[in-house]
Amino acid sequence: MAFDVASPSSTDTPPPARASIPARTLRTDRWWLPPLLTTLGLATFVVYATVRSFMRSDYWDAENHYLTPFYSPCLSDSCVAGSSHFGTPIGELPGFIPLAFLSLPFLLGFRLTCYYYRKAYYRSIWMAPPACGVGEPHERYTGETRLPLILQNVHRYFFYAALVITIINTYDAILAFGGENGFGIGLGNVVLLLNVVLLWCYTLSCHSCRHVTGGRLKHFSRNPVRYWTWTQVSRLNTRHMQFAWLTLGTLVLTDLYVWLVSSGAIADLRFIN
Amino acid sequence: MAYQAKLRVWRGDATAGELQDFEVEANEGEVVLDLIHRLQATQAPDLAVRWNCKAGKCGSCSAEVNGKPKLLCMTRMSTFAEDEVISVTPMRTFPVIRDLVTDVSYNYTKAREIPAFTPPEGLEPGEYRMQQVDVERSQEFRKCIECFLCQDTCHVIRDHEENKESFAGPRFLMRVAELEMHPLDAGDRVEAAQSAHGLGYCNITKCCTEVCPEGIQITDNALIPMKERVADRRYDPIVWLGNKIFKRNGA
Repeated sequence: MAFDVASPSSTDTPPPARASIPARTLRTDRWWLPPLLTTLGLATFVVYATVRSFMRSDYWDAENHYLTPFYSPCLSDSCVAGSSHFGTPIGELPGFIPLAFLSLPFLLGFRLTCYYYRKAYYRSIWMAPPACGVGEPHERYTGETRLPLILQNVHRYFFYAALVITIINTYDAILAFGGENGFGIGLGNVVLLLNVVLLWCYTLSCHSCRHVTGGRLKHFSRNPVRYWTWTQVSRLNTRHMQFAWLTLGTLVLTDLYVWLVSSGAIADLRFIN
Repeated sequence: MAYQAKLRVWRGDATAGELQDFEVEANEGEVVLDLIHRLQATQAPDLAVRWNCKAGKCGSCSAEVNGKPKLLCMTRMSTFAEDEVISVTPMRTFPVIRDLVTDVSYNYTKAREIPAFTPPEGLEPGEYRMQQVDVERSQEFRKCIECFLCQDTCHVIRDHEENKESFAGPRFLMRVAELEMHPLDAGDRVEAAQSAHGLGYCNITKCCTEVCPEGIQITDNALIPMKERVADRRYDPIVWLGNKIFKRNGA
């Protein structure tokens, strides 16, 4: 059944006046601090990830078979020997194309359209609004009703892509248990594994995942398995923000560790073999 | 221990107004509304303030304390330093009537634009049967006390008066979600959520959730699920195809 919705209230007379309070905000706390920290955090990650994605060195530790997630999957002839877990169906790539060009755009899209990151950068970078109860600087506001922001609605497709890439990252982490000398466990394995676990938490706690697994249903009672799944995803979903930041941290940590080990700056701490 | 609290209260009406400073006695355990009442009783008998239950359940005493949308009756004085100047102002988003009282009729207009609960054809009152698990999501939204703090803090209308015509605000988008998720509501709420109630204006910055005195997860449990349903309908060809092939109409 479709509704005929009453036309929005319209009036030709000017709206009644609000209380005249010239100050942009009367907040007395440090409301500017969270957006500032968010901007710094996001900028740090973007700069680091961009530099590393184009470096094309020290992303594969041949001895321990550690592959940084920033170069996974590596499918080109430009990849160093051993780092291509799925073969090299793609030929040489020019230097301006990152070796993980098949995964990075989707991961970027997944995070850019993520409901948490949207809140984070709308507040901290676009300042719409910078904080609750603080006036925004824009004269007009149309939100996500038109291009380009209406494209935020494609989030679910990036979620599907991110699922595949997380499976690939998991595969990389499992392969890392078999180094040059056979099975072994080192600190690098722990770092890779921690990163993958948190990536799963972030990916599965996504609001689109919550919707796809069961949120779109009207009758949970008719779909008990999907209801159970939705319940579990909802539990994770309450921590989506934490997972968003934690995974940014573990991605950098994992890459940095692989970078330092593969360049010889530090030796991998081995627990077994 | 009693002390003299420093209040800066907005006084005026739609034509003019200003912040005025007062010193009011504050005692242990009191809330801002207690001080506003003491101010009325001792220094400003004509101060206008709307209030009713003093228990955070009627939603009448909504205002802004130090720039934050709050219920005056639920804002404890113990959360402020004794020498702090505490500003108390009316909700900025709505036209002021006088002092701390605003005209919130915008909200009633928006409420009327949402078609009421619509049971399936042939189902009479008294015949409604539903599983608890199916109504739980909607029940969270029923906790709303209609204080309109979420409407007040939402920058879509707080900072842009012109959006009031096309945007219903978080409280009423939550109402749409409540009906859309209701197991016995036969109405199609999704298309109207986007086109008539302005869901697309919401950029999910979560201020509505932050200020809700009932702790309703407005953004995560109402607005984002509605956005996903709109994406199903408008922006997801796979779901559209699946609905056509399997003739689904809300599982």
